[in-house]
Amino acid sequence: MGRVSNGTARFERASDQSLLVYFGDKITVEANEQVRRLLRLLDLQSITGVRNLHPAYCSLLVKFDALELRHEALEKKLREYLTRIDEVKLPKPRDVEIPVCYGGEFGPDLQEVAVLRGMTPAQVIELHASRSYLVYFLGFVPGFAYLGELPEALVTPRLPTPRKKVPVGSVGIAGNQTGVYPFETPGGWRLLGRTPVAMFRTDRKGLSLLSIGDRVRFVPVTRERFAELARA
Amino acid sequence: MSEIVVVAPGLLTTVQDLGREGFGPLGVSPSGAADAVSLRIGNRLVGNAGGAAALEMTLLGGAFQFSQVVVAALTGSDFSATLDGASVEPWLSFEVQPGQTLRLGPTRSGARCYLCVRGGIEVKPLLNSASTHLLSGLGGHEGRALRKGDVLKVGAARGSFRKRAVAPKELEQLAPRKVLRATLGPQSDRFSGASQRTFYESTYRVAEESNRMGLRLEGPAVPEGARGDASGKARGDALGKARGEMISEGVSLGAVQIAAGGLPIILFVEQQTTGGYAKIANVISADFHRLGQLRPRGEIRFELVEWETARRLLIEQEKLLASDKLIMEC
Repeated sequence: MGRVSNGTARFERASDQSLLVYFGDKITVEANEQVRRLLRLLDLQSITGVRNLHPAYCSLLVKFDALELRHEALEKKLREYLTRIDEVKLPKPRDVEIPVCYGGEFGPDLQEVAVLRGMTPAQVIELHASRSYLVYFLGFVPGFAYLGELPEALVTPRLPTPRKKVPVGSVGIAGNQTGVYPFETPGGWRLLGRTPVAMFRTDRKGLSLLSIGDRVRFVPVTRERFAELARA
Repeated sequence: MSEIVVVAPGLLTTVQDLGREGFGPLGVSPSGAADAVSLRIGNRLVGNAGGAAALEMTLLGGAFQFSQVVVAALTGSDFSATLDGASVEPWLSFEVQPGQTLRLGPTRSGARCYLCVRGGIEVKPLLNSASTHLLSGLGGHEGRALRKGDVLKVGAARGSFRKRAVAPKELEQLAPRKVLRATLGPQSDRFSGASQRTFYESTYRVAEESNRMGLRLEGPAVPEGARGDASGKARGDALGKARGEMISEGVSLGAVQIAAGGLPIILFVEQQTTGGYAKIANVISADFHRLGQLRPRGEIRFELVEWETARRLLIEQEKLLASDKLIMEC
């Protein structure tokens, strides 16, 4: 039922010490689940020589030590893993709530998004906070979760020119995705609000607040509540 | 307690080791020395394990004083080092006494110089590594470049000082190259024959905006598509992205990304772990350390090699780095 089987997984050499496994070429929940299953299987039964894994929407980059493995042998081993992938039990998704203070200086693009999409800022907020988003993967910087999908009515292209500095905790949208900036970095997503919660902490178990497969809901909070939470 | 005092920080000096590989699912890129080969050799010269933490200096080095006697070595590019005014050669180990000032100046050649000390630089490890990741402010010494007045701990070291040097003939095999070898990239087939010819036949210049995240190149643009409509079509990605972008996927070190505008960017040690731009090629692992020595306005070209060639070059390089022939006891 929409599941991409071993037979249709595509392998591509990415570099002399890495290869890509593609589960189709569309962003679907099913393809992403296959990524998660393979990731989980590799976590439970690691392959000697594999050094790193970069999951994404519908692919997994596998980095390996060329002194221990060749592409062909790794692909063979991964194809064998793929025959067992449907048996992998994924952990129950965690539900995470992220408090957000929308608009004002925290959401400099809220007004423009409202205008672009023909609604009021209050409607933008309501829509953004109305659904539970899937964490497709973490990338870009530590702890940055790609969350999808936004309600259709909110889909907006990214800024034509990225900002040189996006404040920590900024909540943005781009295309049909949403996400929270864990660090002050350049960024091209449209900013709707800010969270006082730290997305990445070196003293937190697991470090990142969010992990692949989690479900995220944004909860609007007042400035006062934001300040309270920021102090905690 | 053996310490290094930063008298002058230099242009961009950070604590680096061989990085923290293995945390891709967190979005954490490995970071680590831009020229890992020089770091490893420096560590061998002072009797450290290959991956001990050192100081990576960029373009202009700093000045340092030491609280106790240390055994040190400078590797990578020659930054005109002096010890209390007397010239210090790179690629050999030497002793520094307390009270002496080790001072480095501007580079005479490539971008980076490594100061390795016996015992290694000690910082609180993050995910098994001492490396600094500047963009996120993680790791190293307070997640940032060094400042005047910083004090760094040097790890305990046993044994007496052995003067060691690097064999010149062997070192020559690791020298910088103007031509970087590359293998095909995962989206090579999205680029027409003409585009690929442009890419492999042109000379590119490293742009000023280059850094540990990536080296931006200036030169002839490499347009994508023009290989029939299949590759030019949007790929079911609703991000409203410009032509040339695709569904984000994991990216490997040394990937050559063609951004909007057609200019190449070589992704480097602090790269994003995932990206949505097409990759025309990937620099071979054996040439990664050469990327770390490229400086703004430096010129390079790319040469396409076979997968087996890339593998053979890496294996040969690893043999050389482990070889007794590389390091001479004096």
